[in-house]
Amino acid sequence: MLAFLVQRISQAFLVMFVISMIAFAIQDGLGDPLQEMVGMSVSEEEREAIREELGLNDPMVVQYLRFAGNALQGDLGNSYFYSKPTLEVIAEHLPATLELVIGASLIIVFLSVPIGVYAAIRPQAWLSKFFMGVSTVGISIPVFLTAIVLIQLFSIGVTVNWFPSDTGWGQWLNDFFSTEGGLPSYGRGDELTHLFGTWESGFFTGTGLMHLVLPSVSLASIMLPLFIRLIRAEMMEVLQSDYVRYARAKGLSAGRINFLHALKNTMLPVITVGGVQIGIMVAYTILTETVFQWPGVGLMFLEAITRSDIPLIVAYLMVVGLIFVITNTLVDLIYGLVNPTVKLTGKKA
Amino acid sequence: MKKLIAAFVGSMALASAPVALSAEATKELKMAYDADPVTLDIHEQLSGGILQLSHMTFDPLLRWTKDLGFEPRLAESWTRIDENTMRFKLREGVTFHSGNELTTADVKFTFDRLKQSQDFKAIFKPFSGINIIDDYTFELVTSEPYPLLLNTATYIFPFDSEFYSGQTEDGKDKSAILKHGNSFASENLSGTGPYTVTERKQGVRVEFERFDNYWDSESPGNVGKIVLTPIKENNTRVSALLSGGVDFIAPVPPNDLERIRNDKNANLVTMSGTRIILFHMNQERVEAFKNPKVRQAIAYAINQEGIAAKIMKGFATPAAQMSPEGYQGYNESLTPRFDVAKAQELMKEAGYEDGFTITMMAPNNRYVNDDKIAQAVAAMLARINIKVDLKTLPKAQYWPEYDNRAADMMMIGWHADTEDSANFYEFLTFCPDADSGAGQYNAGNYCNPEIDALVQKANVETDLDKRAAMLQEVEQRLYDDAAFVPLHWQDLAWASKKNVKIEPVLNVMNFPYLGDLVVE
Repeated sequence: MLAFLVQRISQAFLVMFVISMIAFAIQDGLGDPLQEMVGMSVSEEEREAIREELGLNDPMVVQYLRFAGNALQGDLGNSYFYSKPTLEVIAEHLPATLELVIGASLIIVFLSVPIGVYAAIRPQAWLSKFFMGVSTVGISIPVFLTAIVLIQLFSIGVTVNWFPSDTGWGQWLNDFFSTEGGLPSYGRGDELTHLFGTWESGFFTGTGLMHLVLPSVSLASIMLPLFIRLIRAEMMEVLQSDYVRYARAKGLSAGRINFLHALKNTMLPVITVGGVQIGIMVAYTILTETVFQWPGVGLMFLEAITRSDIPLIVAYLMVVGLIFVITNTLVDLIYGLVNPTVKLTGKKA
Repeated sequence: MKKLIAAFVGSMALASAPVALSAEATKELKMAYDADPVTLDIHEQLSGGILQLSHMTFDPLLRWTKDLGFEPRLAESWTRIDENTMRFKLREGVTFHSGNELTTADVKFTFDRLKQSQDFKAIFKPFSGINIIDDYTFELVTSEPYPLLLNTATYIFPFDSEFYSGQTEDGKDKSAILKHGNSFASENLSGTGPYTVTERKQGVRVEFERFDNYWDSESPGNVGKIVLTPIKENNTRVSALLSGGVDFIAPVPPNDLERIRNDKNANLVTMSGTRIILFHMNQERVEAFKNPKVRQAIAYAINQEGIAAKIMKGFATPAAQMSPEGYQGYNESLTPRFDVAKAQELMKEAGYEDGFTITMMAPNNRYVNDDKIAQAVAAMLARINIKVDLKTLPKAQYWPEYDNRAADMMMIGWHADTEDSANFYEFLTFCPDADSGAGQYNAGNYCNPEIDALVQKANVETDLDKRAAMLQEVEQRLYDDAAFVPLHWQDLAWASKKNVKIEPVLNVMNFPYLGDLVVE
C-alpha cells in the first residue's frame, strides 16, 4: 500500500513537470498577454515597459527556471487578469465545477444502473430497445447542441401548433408538446450557501438546485449512453457465466441473482471506466460551462486562453493533471476493495 | 409537461421576491454584458467596459449627448478664456460615496492621475496643466490651441482625492495605478456617480446599489439595484434575456436580431456605430500596392453594401471613409464605389492584368463576423485576379502578428477615443514613425506627408467649421488615393424586456447612462 502511494506521488510529480514544460513551450503561440491589459492606443514604448516589468522579455529558460523555483514553494504565479495568485483563482472556481460534476454523476449513476441492468435482463423488451435507441442518438449529439436545445425547451419555452387547436385532443397534444420554460439558463443563482473556504454550494437552496438542473443534464448526456451500454454489455456477459447459471439451477430468486451476484461483477470494469471518465468530465465541463455561463474552472480556463493569461493557463493544466492522477489512484484503491484478487503493486502475474 | 414545470417554476419565483429599496429607486435591473469590468480603477485601462463602469459609478465633467453634443455634469458651465485656456465652473454640493465633498482639489488630483495613467496619458498629452482658481473654479490649459478640449474633458471623472490618498494598512500608496497586481483603487471605489459597487466577484457578478445622496435629483432613473453578470457566449446571453433571466443585454449578436425583434416580450435598439472596419494594403511588402491604380482597383472590387447586407445581415453601415456621420471629417459625397469592370480596367492600366498573389490576415473573434468578412473580401479580390492566401487567428494571436505586419493585407477595426476624425488618421494613415508613435496601426505603410500636415493643422484650428472643412478634405484625398479599404461601421445593438426603457439612455459611444434608466 505504502509503496503504491509513493509510486503514485512520484508519478504525479512527473506528470506535473511534463505538463508545465509543455505549457511553457507553447506559451509563445498563445499570444501577447498585453493585448488584454492595455488599450489600443497605448504606445509601443509603454508596452515594452510593462513587458519588462512582467519579465516577459527574459529568455524562455530563465522564465521557466523562475517559474519552477516558485512552483516548488507552492507559488504558481499571479494571474494577469485577476491580479491574484493563480491557485487562489482556481480554488474560487473549482467548487462550481465540482458541483456540476457531482450533479451529472448522480444523474448518471441513478439512471445508468437501472436502465443498463434492465436492458441486459430483458434485451428483447420494447423499452430496452427504446433506451438503446435513445442512447445511440444521445452519444452522437454534441454537448453544446444538447445544451442549446435544453435551454430553448426549458428556459425560453416553445409553443407548438402542430395539431388543430379547435379540437379537444389537438389542444391537449399541443399543450403536451409545448413547454413553459422558466428554468434558469445561466450561472449559479443568487442564493449560494457558504460551506468552507472558497466553497459556496448551490445544493442547499431551491434556486441553487434549479440552476444546476440544465447544466448537469447536459453534462450527463454525453456520459450516460456510454455507461448504459457498458453496464448492459458487462451484465449480459456475466449472466452467461457459469456461476450465474449454477445459481439459477440452484433455484435462487431472480432478484438475488441479478442484483447481488451478477451486478457486483458487472461493476468492476464500470468503476475503472467511471474513474477515468470523471477525469474526462472535468475537461468536458469547458463546453458545458461556456454555454451555461457556469462560473467554474472550465469557463475560467477558456477565458484565460482568449486573454493569454499564461500563468493561469499553466496552473490550470497542472491542477487538472493532478486531478487525473488522484482520481486514477482512488479508482485503483476502490478496485482493490471491490475485487480482493487485485494486487495494487502488481507482482508479476 | 407544461403544467408540471409551470408549477415547479412558480413555486420558485415566490421564494425570490425582490427586496424593496429606497422610496424612488425601487426597481431591480439584472443585466448581462459580454464581459465585466476588469478593475474598479477607471484609470487603469481605457476600454469600453471601463467607460461603462465609469458612467455608472462616477460622473464626468461633461458628457456626450445622443447627437454628439455636450451636456454639463459635474462642470456646470465652461467659458473659453483664451486660445489655450478653458475655465470650468464646478457644481456645488456634490458628495462622493465616501461622504467627502467634491471640490477643485479632486479635479486636480484626477487630472494629475490621468497624466500618470499608461492608457490615458496619450489622450491628455495636449494639456499642459490645470489652474485652480478657487474651490469651484478651475482652468484647463493646453500647450497649443486644442479644438478637442471638451471631447477630452468627457474623460475626466473626478476622483475622491481624500479617499484615494495616503497609504493602505500594508503601506501601499492608495493612489497607485497598477497594471498587474492589486492596487487599492482596483478594489475600492468612491465616485460621485449614481451607483456604488456593493459586491464584486470577478468574472461572475457585480452588484450595484443606488447612491442615496446622488447629486442629480432631476435624474428620472428609478433603478435601485443592478446585478451585472458577464455572459461571454452570444447564445447564452440571448437565451438569458428570452427566458426572462435578465432584463437587459448587450451586445446582441447579428444572428439573433430577428429572433429578438419577433419576441413579444423583448425590445431591440440598434444604432449605426462609429467603429470602422478596414483593410490595410502593405506597400512595404507588396510592390504593386505602391501603385495608386492597384489600390483603387481593389477599392472598386470590394462590394461593401453586399458585405453589410449578406454577411452582417444589415447590421452594419457600408463605409467609403473612416469618419462616421456626425464626426467633423464625415464627407457626405464619399460613397462605396463597387464596380468590377472598372476595377479590372484599372488593373490592366497598372500592368497587373494577370494579377498576383498576396497574403491576408484577419482576427476571428474580435469584430462581428470578422473571419467571414475576410473570406468575402478574398473572394471579391479573386475577380480582379488577385489570389489571396487568407489566415484568420484568434485575437490574442492576431495582434502580435499585426504588430509584426505579418501579412500583405491586414484587418483592423478602429474607434476614435476622442470621438473625432483626426484620431483615425493619426493612428491608421499617418506616416509610421516609431519615435513619435504616429501611424502606430498603419499596417499599410501608406505615407503622405501633405495629408499628415493638413491633419496637424486641423488639430490646432479652434474654428470648428474651418476644421471640419480640413478634415473632410483629408477624407477626400485618402479616398482618391485609396489609402486603405474601408468596409463598414459596425452597428450597435442592445435588447431589453419591454418594461425597461433603454432607448433614452443609449448612445453611439456604447456607454449607457444607466443612472437615468427608467424601469416600469
